[in-house]
Parts: sequence; structure tokens; C-alpha cells
Amino acid sequence: MRRTTYREITGQYVGFYGLMAGLGVLILLSLAAAWHMEHQGHHVTGMTNQIVWGMPHVLAIFLIVAASGALNVASIGTVFGRTWYKPLGRLSGLLALALLVGGLAVLVLDLGRADRILVAMTTYNFKSIFAWNIYLYTGFMAVVVVYLWVQMERRMNRFAPAAGLVAMIWRLVLTTGTGSIFGFLVARQAYDAAVLAPLFIAMSLSLGLASFNLTLAATCRGTGLELGDGLVSRLGRLLGVLAAVVLYFTAVQHLTNLYAAEHAGVERFILLEGGVFTALFWLGQVLLGGLVPIALVFTLPAGRALGRVVLASILVFLGGIAQIYVIVIGGQAYPLVLFPGKEVQSSFFDGVVMSYAPSLPEITLGVGGFAMAAAIVMVGLRSLRFLPESLADAALDPHHRAAATDAEEKAPA
Amino acid sequence: MTGRTPQQGFDPQRRRFLSAAAAAAGVTLAPGVTLYGVTAAGSAAARAPEDPVTSSVRWGLLVDVNKCRDGCNACVTACVEENGLRGNGRPETDAQWIRKVELRDPSTGAKRSLPLMCQHCASPPCVDVCPTGASFRRADGIVLVDKHICIGCRYCMLACPYKARSFIHEVVEDQKPYAPRGKGTVESCTFCVHRVDEGRTPACVEACAEAGGDAMTFGDLNDPNSRISKQVAAYVTDQIRPDLGLDPGVRYRNL
Repeated sequence: MRRTTYREITGQYVGFYGLMAGLGVLILLSLAAAWHMEHQGHHVTGMTNQIVWGMPHVLAIFLIVAASGALNVASIGTVFGRTWYKPLGRLSGLLALALLVGGLAVLVLDLGRADRILVAMTTYNFKSIFAWNIYLYTGFMAVVVVYLWVQMERRMNRFAPAAGLVAMIWRLVLTTGTGSIFGFLVARQAYDAAVLAPLFIAMSLSLGLASFNLTLAATCRGTGLELGDGLVSRLGRLLGVLAAVVLYFTAVQHLTNLYAAEHAGVERFILLEGGVFTALFWLGQVLLGGLVPIALVFTLPAGRALGRVVLASILVFLGGIAQIYVIVIGGQAYPLVLFPGKEVQSSFFDGVVMSYAPSLPEITLGVGGFAMAAAIVMVGLRSLRFLPESLADAALDPHHRAAATDAEEKAPA
Repeated sequence: MTGRTPQQGFDPQRRRFLSAAAAAAGVTLAPGVTLYGVTAAGSAAARAPEDPVTSSVRWGLLVDVNKCRDGCNACVTACVEENGLRGNGRPETDAQWIRKVELRDPSTGAKRSLPLMCQHCASPPCVDVCPTGASFRRADGIVLVDKHICIGCRYCMLACPYKARSFIHEVVEDQKPYAPRGKGTVESCTFCVHRVDEGRTPACVEACAEAGGDAMTFGDLNDPNSRISKQVAAYVTDQIRPDLGLDPGVRYRNL
């Protein structure tokens, strides 16, 4: 079997350090935003006692969910043995780590008492899914670091399939845990559903691959690394399948709720009368984040796949943010039902659909998480050999022109 | 066979040490033991500060909605005053531990007015979800937040079915020493735990009685002779969202 050679990125000093400086500014701005929120208190944000989780949580959840899915490519290579994806395993692991660190940073910096992070790390209530997640997230980082090591240390390569399997199972559990943060909320009409766990897994696969595709395209453009059309088409079609799986679980989620008269109110809110949430759901998530990218990647023009796959990945990425916004903010905006069948009124906004406008500090903090993830990837690519020498189709599979399709079909699943 | 070497004589120093240690232990334990005996035998309603909270008591509150007047806010005012909850004129972010909720049946037009606060559930979702255990339930049923280990994640606020909790969105000043509050942490009705531990009733209950409403009865649900136990035994009472199976300590009559 051919051995792939890997390299760091070298040269391109102006571009590299220019981009790093830009990301550094974004990270500093996000730290300033966090300091402002901490110093003034959360009243300077759009978050209230009714919408208790806001834009930082939307973006942090996106990053965490995408982190788990960014490992798709590594899993397909090592666990399922697909040769096309194998050379991308290292980048896939690096991106997963970076996204998770970015997401956790946003989540922690939004805490009312971020200074008590040590308390969160040392005092646990094991009945809390949040406490489990602290273990799942830190454990995921450890597992991915080991996974990267066995991929990068030639003497350890034989352990890569085992490490890949552990990492794959771990990330499925991790995303189950993230979905269950909402699934376990018994009192909220929009949550309290077991389907949220598999929905979040599907979202992680789709959003993680979209993030990976964009990272790969940007890296290849920045470093001049050749990117084969066959590989891009494969990544694109896989994204289309995964985006369709997200739509499927979304449909199951809403159809199940629609069947129960008890949930008719919240469904009417999200699907019909919720204003910005309804628009984000139908136009953002379903149309632009689902149907359009699926159509794009299944009608790829031969030899010119890259542009469309990048566009589809951007749409899935933005559609994912819209989806998480609808789940997190929309689910809180709809009032708690304390007295079924009664009209309620109080000084604490009982029975009122709450509006929410993300403030600048919240958005800046969230964007800082993305900047941090990008910076980690860039530092990683510069310091260690994450990138293969070539991603041309012929380098990935010498027989691809003659036998690519056959080989794919015969490969063990 | 190897036997132990029999002790030759005894060690007077060791004996003296043991005697002194026993005496010291006696002096240390005796006051506690005596105190325990006194309080166990005595009939004081209030728990002595050094005694642990026990589950032999389940504090509860019964609200008679028929007696709760529309427009009366005495319980809310008393709570704000007692616990130092002065707001900043920002209703969306200011803390509310107790609020009056007006209900209307759209099919009949019938109206109801009632106070709503932390329901002090026996199975509180806020305690289940809290990652650090800051949200906790005392053995006597009072649900509290440990302000020292609350990290301000607000997951409990998402989990509470009654929207009973508030996040402190800005700096608080002029705090009451018995009701510590802190920016960046979550808080809710404490049943005026500082008063209950002194054998008094919560401020809202007292204010309701003073205002002539007498709609609120506070007491020990585990004591069959308490006024609240007799009332919940004699009349049909309701819980809010009983379908969730949380067994709230707050009950409503004539809802």
C-alpha cells in the first residue's frame, strides 16, 4: 500500500501571519466582550430571566456539535477503511479539537461566574447531564489527542483503527449528551423529547462535515495544495446525505409533536406564527440550509465540483446556526405552560412570547470561539505534519480513473 | 507454634495517656450530648442552630386562592422588603422571587389571582440539572442555591417548570445579611429560611395575614397536628403541573 507523506505548511508568511493577526484581534475582542459582560453583569446582553441562554450558547453549541462531526472524515478513513479519506484523518482530528476548544471557551466565558471554573471542574452533581458533559468534552479531547498520536507516530499506526473506533463511539455519546441537555428538560414544551439526541447526532455529522469542507478548501487555497475533484465530489455528496438525515430527524421531531394536541401551541409557534423563528426555520434551516445544498451537491458538474461544494458547505453551516437558534432561543421564547387551558398574566411575563435581540458583546464573544478554533487549526498546521503532500485524485487512489467507482462499492462498510 | 510474649508488668505512661485522652474526649463530647438530650426532650418549635436539618419536617405552604384578592400585592412587597430585592427598573432582568399571576378561563371568563414562587418540590428539576450541586434541597424540603458554588450557568432556570428562578444580572447593593445575593448567580424563594429556622413564618405569609387576606398557611406537612396538615387533609388541594410528578411543597386550594 502507498504511504502518504505529510508536511507542515511553510512559507506564505504574509498571508499566514496576516490571517493570524486578524484572528488574534477577534479573539481579543471576544475576551473584551466577556470582560464587559462579567463586569457589568448580564443586563448588558440581550439575555433576560425569560431568555436565559442566548447567542453565546447558540454559537457554542454549534461549535461543540460541529467538533464531534468534524471527526467524520477520520472515522471513515480508519474505522471504515475508505482509502480516499485516510490522508485527511489528521486534519479531521485537529479540526475536531479546535472546534471543541472554541465552543467550550465561549460557554465558559458566558457563565455568570466564569471565575469559578475550578468549582465546575471539581464539584460534581452526577445526576446532571451538564456534569456528565464536562467529562464527555474533556474525555473527547484526550481521546482525539491519542487518536492523532497513533495516526502520526508511525510505530503506533497499527492502533489507529482501535483508537478511531473509540473516538467514534465517544463522539456519538458526546453528541447524545449535548442533545440531552435539552431532551432532559421535562417542563419545556419545545424540549423534553428523546428525538433531540439523535437529531443532535445528525446535526453534528452534517455541520461537522460542512466545517471540515470549508477548512479543507481554505487550507488548500491558502497553501496551494492541489485538491482533487473526485475527493471534493465525494465530500460534497456525503454532505448532501448527512444534510438529508438532519431534515429527516427534524421532520420526525415536529411530526411527533404535532400529533400530540398538548404540543400544538409550540408547534404553531415555531412552524407558523413565530416571526423570526418561523422564517429561520423554513427559509434558514430547511430551504437554504437543507434543500438547496442537497440539490447543489447531487448535481455537481464533472471536474468543477469545488465551487458548488464550498457553497453547499457554507449554506449547511449557516443553516445549522439557524437551526440551533430556533431550538435554543425559540424554545425559550415560547412561554412555559403552567396552567393549561387558562390565560395568564403577571409582572414576570407569564404567558407572553418573549422577544430576544442578541447584543454586540454576545455576538462578539461567540465569533471569538470561531476565531479561536481557526487559530488553533492554523498553528497546528504550521507546527506539525497534518497535511498530506498532495490531495490530487491520482495521489489518493492511483486507479481512481479506471476503478474508483468499483473500488468504492466493494470496500467493506 | 509461636505465641505472644506475655506483657511484663504495665506501662504507667501509657495508662496516663489513655486516661487523659478519655477525659479530653468526655469534655469535648459531653456538652453536645447534653444539648442533644435537652433539645430532644424539649418541645421548642425552632430547631437549634447547631442541630442538623432533618427530614422529619417537610415545610409546606397552602394558598387559599379564594382568599387571595385580585390587586393585592402584600406578599410580593413583603418578600422584596425582607430579602432586599430592590430592582433596577428593568423588569426583564430584575429578580422576582414571588409574583402575582392572574388567571382567566377563556371559555367562561372566570378569573383567579394567586401568588407563585419556588414550589419547593420533593423532586426538584433544578437540583437534578445543576452541574455543581449548588442547587440543593434541604432535608426539610426547602430548595436553595449555594451561592458559593453556583457558577451562573442558568441551566436550573431552563429546567424549572415554574419559572421561579432569577439570575442576578447586575451588581447588588444593600444586601440583607441573612439573604446573601451575588451578581452572576441564580436565586429564588428560600421560604425565608432564616425566619423558618428561628421558628417564624415566611415574610409573605405574615404580610398576607396582616393585610387581612389570611390566604397563606405555612407549616410542617409531616406533622399531622399542624394547621397546614389538617387543611390539606380536610380539603381538596391542587399542585401546579401535578403531571410532572414533582410533589411540590406549595399547594393551592380553590384553584
